[in-house]
Amino acid sequence: MGMFEAILLTVATAATPLLIAAMGELVVERSGVLNLGVEGMMIMGAVAGFGVAQMTGSAWLGMLAAILAGAAFSLLFGFLTLTLVTNQVATGLALTLLGLGASAMIGESFVGLPGVRMQSLNIPFLSDLPVVGKLLFGQDPIFYISILLTIGVTWFLFRTRAGLTLRAVGDNHTSAHALGVRVVRVRYLAVMFGGACAGLAGAQLSLVYVPQWVENMTSGRGWIALALVVFASWRPWRILAGAYLFGAVTIGQLHAQALGIGIPSQFMSSLPYLATIIVLVLISRNKRLTLMNTPTSLGKPFVPDR
Amino acid sequence: MTSITNKNGAGRPLLEASKLTKIFGSLKACDGIDLSIGTGEIHALLGENGAGKSTLVKMLFGALQPTSGDIGWKGNPVTVSNPAMARSLGIGMVFQHFSLFDALTAAENIALSLDEKTDLNTIAARARQIGQTYGLPVDPDALVGDLSVGERQRIEIIRCLLQNPDLIILDEPTSVLTPQEADLLFVTLERLRSEGKSILYISHRLEEVRRLCDRATVLRHGKVVGQCDPRKETAGSLARLMVGSDIHVIERQPVVAASTGPNNLLEVNGLSQKPRGPFSVSLHDIRLSVQAGEIFGIAGVAGNGQGELFEAISGEVLQERPDIIRIRGKDAGLSGISARRKLGAAFVPEERLGHGAVPDMPLTDNLLLSRYSTDGKVFLAGGLLKLLQQSSLTLAAKRIIAQMDVRKSAENPDASALSGGNLQKFLIGRELDRNPSVMVVNQPTWGVDAGAAAHIRQALVDLARGGSAVIVISQDLDELFEISDRIAAMVHGRLSEAVPIEAMNMERVGLMMGGADTSNQPSAGAA
Repeated sequence: MGMFEAILLTVATAATPLLIAAMGELVVERSGVLNLGVEGMMIMGAVAGFGVAQMTGSAWLGMLAAILAGAAFSLLFGFLTLTLVTNQVATGLALTLLGLGASAMIGESFVGLPGVRMQSLNIPFLSDLPVVGKLLFGQDPIFYISILLTIGVTWFLFRTRAGLTLRAVGDNHTSAHALGVRVVRVRYLAVMFGGACAGLAGAQLSLVYVPQWVENMTSGRGWIALALVVFASWRPWRILAGAYLFGAVTIGQLHAQALGIGIPSQFMSSLPYLATIIVLVLISRNKRLTLMNTPTSLGKPFVPDR
Repeated sequence: MTSITNKNGAGRPLLEASKLTKIFGSLKACDGIDLSIGTGEIHALLGENGAGKSTLVKMLFGALQPTSGDIGWKGNPVTVSNPAMARSLGIGMVFQHFSLFDALTAAENIALSLDEKTDLNTIAARARQIGQTYGLPVDPDALVGDLSVGERQRIEIIRCLLQNPDLIILDEPTSVLTPQEADLLFVTLERLRSEGKSILYISHRLEEVRRLCDRATVLRHGKVVGQCDPRKETAGSLARLMVGSDIHVIERQPVVAASTGPNNLLEVNGLSQKPRGPFSVSLHDIRLSVQAGEIFGIAGVAGNGQGELFEAISGEVLQERPDIIRIRGKDAGLSGISARRKLGAAFVPEERLGHGAVPDMPLTDNLLLSRYSTDGKVFLAGGLLKLLQQSSLTLAAKRIIAQMDVRKSAENPDASALSGGNLQKFLIGRELDRNPSVMVVNQPTWGVDAGAAAHIRQALVDLARGGSAVIVISQDLDELFEISDRIAAMVHGRLSEAVPIEAMNMERVGLMMGGADTSNQPSAGAA
């Protein structure tokens, strides 16, 4: 396996958790809910995934557990913000803090244990093709899920009736309610989908990226996912582009540091964040497109008048 | 025209509401309302803003649940628990406000209210077809956020008709149509009636209620104050029932002739502008001048460039050359809004919430926002610190509220807490309070009840007669005829020649709005 191919593979691995978490948050925000708890849901997914995989020896069961953990954790957010109508920003922040703390407690006994790595696909012949073989046919299952997720979310949002309803709820919940859409139900489902995605993204970290448990191992990826959604103007393909750009710069700067380029490492480490934001700001300059895609009722509480 | 089958009491009523009551907190929005609508009947619901019409209608449509009372539908008692249920019963509604999604296309908006799973292309084709049949042209692929008020209303009507309902509730459907378009709509409604459908028709326009409706129920302060056959009433007697007293008749003194010198307070000299968005209208060589003492009315169907013209005059959009807009003889084409205000101009835009006022700010803050540049000395103190002078703001707000008879529930409520009419009175009063020498108003009384509208119109006439130049952009032709001294019409971004009110009539303005005026005056400026 050549150097270039290896780099491409690691780029995909670095981009995948961001892509999955951001894709989930995209659906949540398109429904008009701002869930800042992505980081918390992600870390809960990571710890649940690691724990279950470690106990059962099955990475697949671990992944399932991570998805369920993320969804269950988001349900707490949903109950607080949608049923009790608490402030979404404050509740989301609390969810992140709670997730970081709870996962550290749950995972205390996991520290140092060997993890279970999710096996990459290995299709004879196809996976052995030069350059693209490993990249297209020899990756871990979560990579393929992330690509299918991007296609699926795009199709759902812009081609299905349910997606249209979801966008309508995010644009104007009062009108949607007047049309008989069950706004709170739609939002619950969206929030749980977002939670499940965040949980899956966490599982990718603890089962694929670095198959072990380290406290606070999401290290801010949840926040980057949130930023991706906004700077991608709530459009799925831009999230994909942003996630891969972030992944590419992350890996690129690591290699650059390894080569001993005379730039302070702190600067290099901040490069992925900087580059992603600059590029996404540049491509989101079209105000009209941005306005068109921004969910107007994002973060606004909805209380139907009865 | 006479209807044969649907005299009072003939046949079983399609919808029968009895003792419907809705209480919000301590307010009885609807108080024991009885209403019955027969099959194949156009039933008018009359009442001022705040009389309880929309609360009543929302209960019938399932968007609100009554506190007490019953609804009968086709003879059976029903509980309309949500709008989807209302639609499945066969009740359709054309909302006046807040029911379209700005970020979605017209076709997507229509699709959302259809329960069946029809694909968008079919919906777009059906919308086009219904639009053609009923004289309501729409572009199904247009983003609703880019459409004018009039075009949005068309989508609402088409959306409702596509559901094929037995009862159609129409909330002020003609407020944005030309007389010719309104006539077409009436033909449509009469056809629907002859097909046995019932219509609940909410309107402030008493003439059209008299012409169209078989029966009328009049509400005041949440109670039914009268039921009548509007064809046997006069507009005056209906208005009396509605308001509870006589409607104020606008007094117009003749324009005081120019004494000396050039007194064109506002001039627009060859304003052309490219469209600023994919769905916005371009302006072509617009020329007008308004003298001290006169009201210049601009008629036109929504979406013909009135909004763009307003933005150009107010300075929200700057012009290419300074002399394109002249205010009180000074070039202002390159000046921003504040600079134009300082020249003595005042502007009231069409959208009240979000454009004319910040919804979640109290009236005093909204007052300051439009006046800080011109009246900074009064409202700000502390030199460079520019501290808010709450006392003088409160004083000014009180003065405006008293002057314009703004009714409010709290001492200094948020703008969004006022009803549309009361907020509009405040916004107009906010500018009048400065006694501006040029005033430009876009849709001054859209969705405003008769009493408040009369108040606003009188205030505009008084301002003009006091020596100011006033431009009123309106789709309400009755209003323009009532207060204007000259009327021009906008069509496709062009402004017609202005015609003095004495030479104007409904037919002619309708033709001008359609772009087919054969003006008998030799035109000087028109391209």
